[in-house]
Amino acid sequence: MWQYEKRLQYPVRVDTTNPTLAAMIIEQFGGADGELSAGIRYLTQRWTMPTGRAKGILTDIGTEELAHWEIIGTLAYKLVKDATIDQIKGTPFEAHYVNHGKSPFPHNAAGSPWTANYLNSKDDPVADLHEDMAAEEKARATYEWLINVSDDPGVTDTLRYLREREIVHFQRFGEALMIVEDYNNSKRFY
Amino acid sequence: MDREEMNLLVEISEANFVVLETALYLNINPTDENALYLHNNASRRYHQLLNIYETRYSLLRNTSEDSCPWSYVDEPWPWDINFNYKGGM
Repeated sequence: MWQYEKRLQYPVRVDTTNPTLAAMIIEQFGGADGELSAGIRYLTQRWTMPTGRAKGILTDIGTEELAHWEIIGTLAYKLVKDATIDQIKGTPFEAHYVNHGKSPFPHNAAGSPWTANYLNSKDDPVADLHEDMAAEEKARATYEWLINVSDDPGVTDTLRYLREREIVHFQRFGEALMIVEDYNNSKRFY
Repeated sequence: MDREEMNLLVEISEANFVVLETALYLNINPTDENALYLHNNASRRYHQLLNIYETRYSLLRNTSEDSCPWSYVDEPWPWDINFNYKGGM
């Protein structure tokens, strides 16, 4: 089960109104390598993991991704909440605005809605953990492109934090993969 | 939200960061006594800070006890706070 704690995992600060940047940040809210994909991917793969340690890693990292999803939605919302219509018109956020107003919505920066096609669960722990490690590196790369286009110091600070988390998660998934491979090898000797 | 309340939320975030980071590590290395020591200390501090915040301000968890009125629904919600330390929200 899950319990909510009424605070963000990281103290978010947004310094500007910037609808264009909000539209780009949405990539990590509902894009292929975004936080929603990550959370659903890891939490879905748990049932067929062979060891308690791998189940624990998927559970805790999957849960943390949902907290990151909340942070990303907050960044996107704060960047547009005070925007006037004139500030929105002509920006990439205008297409989002005519459907969703200022609410975040899980689609990518180009407007494609989130889909479970972004992830898989194979009932094969080696295949699943390799996917998870690749997902962390792709998310890290996305954060680097977002940091390159961000000119809001507060947003950049939070994006750097989230980028660092991808690196830690990649490390832990790599160790989980070694544990699972040892487990598979030890089974073959019996 | 005043600066003092923001600072307490930041302290909770810092303690929770250590708790989560050591938990991920311990999931892989359950017999590392040093990591477990760090985890236990951070966990104690984290829960103390949560209780201090909820007594002083409002509930962060709907599983906590409260006095009337139920403060879990008090504004601001997390996405309405801006940690700019200028005293505003």
